[in-house]
Amino acid sequence: MTEQTTRLVLPSHIEAVADAAAAVTGFIRDCGAPDTAAFGIEMAVREAVTNAMVHGNQEDEAKSVEVVFNCHGNELEVEVRDQGEGFNPANVPDPTDPANLMKTSGRGIFLMRTFMDDVEYVHRPEGGTAVRMTKRF
Amino acid sequence: MAELNIRERQAGDVTVLDMDGRITIGEGSVALRSAVRRLLEEGKKKILLNLAGVGYIDSSGIGELVSSYTAINKEGGQLKLLSLTQKLQDLLTITKLLTVFDAYDTEAEALTAFK
Repeated sequence: MTEQTTRLVLPSHIEAVADAAAAVTGFIRDCGAPDTAAFGIEMAVREAVTNAMVHGNQEDEAKSVEVVFNCHGNELEVEVRDQGEGFNPANVPDPTDPANLMKTSGRGIFLMRTFMDDVEYVHRPEGGTAVRMTKRF
Repeated sequence: MAELNIRERQAGDVTVLDMDGRITIGEGSVALRSAVRRLLEEGKKKILLNLAGVGYIDSSGIGELVSSYTAINKEGGQLKLLSLTQKLQDLLTITKLLTVFDAYDTEAEALTAFK
């Protein structure tokens, strides 16, 4: 299948990260992405959804996280939207810097950038942050 | 079925945790943290994590490995890793943590490395 869109709306609790992961697994297959890319795409989606729930929505269950998967030809795009106060990824230090190696958090965005070809943060006019990630194969 | 199953056994003075499942945010990470903290409370400070059955780990799980390493070192103990899957090895390489952890392919090598 070359053109497809799937949209999920998830409550902001951690157990729902698995729902996003399950959805992306099916979507990757339907999109025709190779198995070699699947691990990284699932990782990136898990991290983005976790960030949206924990840092974006502060685990406020009244706020939801929206995940939109798009497949165009040989490109898979995922957008994860939260309803939080906004977020500046530039404020997250490099987790591979020796000074940060022993920190117990702060690796999510690094892993997203590692496994996806493009990662872009957008402030949504209606409030919250959207992260758009693209993988080409 | 639990996200992460942990089976504990003793090899001399080293406690081996055979882990099976996923170490991800929520249940998996909490299970690892609880197991390591309990061992420390029991005075078991030489801990070998057998990760052969761990097929998936996220940034929270990686953070929990770091947290365990720090907690055990703080108590004067040692943490070592056994049988990393290729994916986990890749993740620890990417995050530069393979330089921090002592990781071994065989249990015999790992047990010998504990002092």
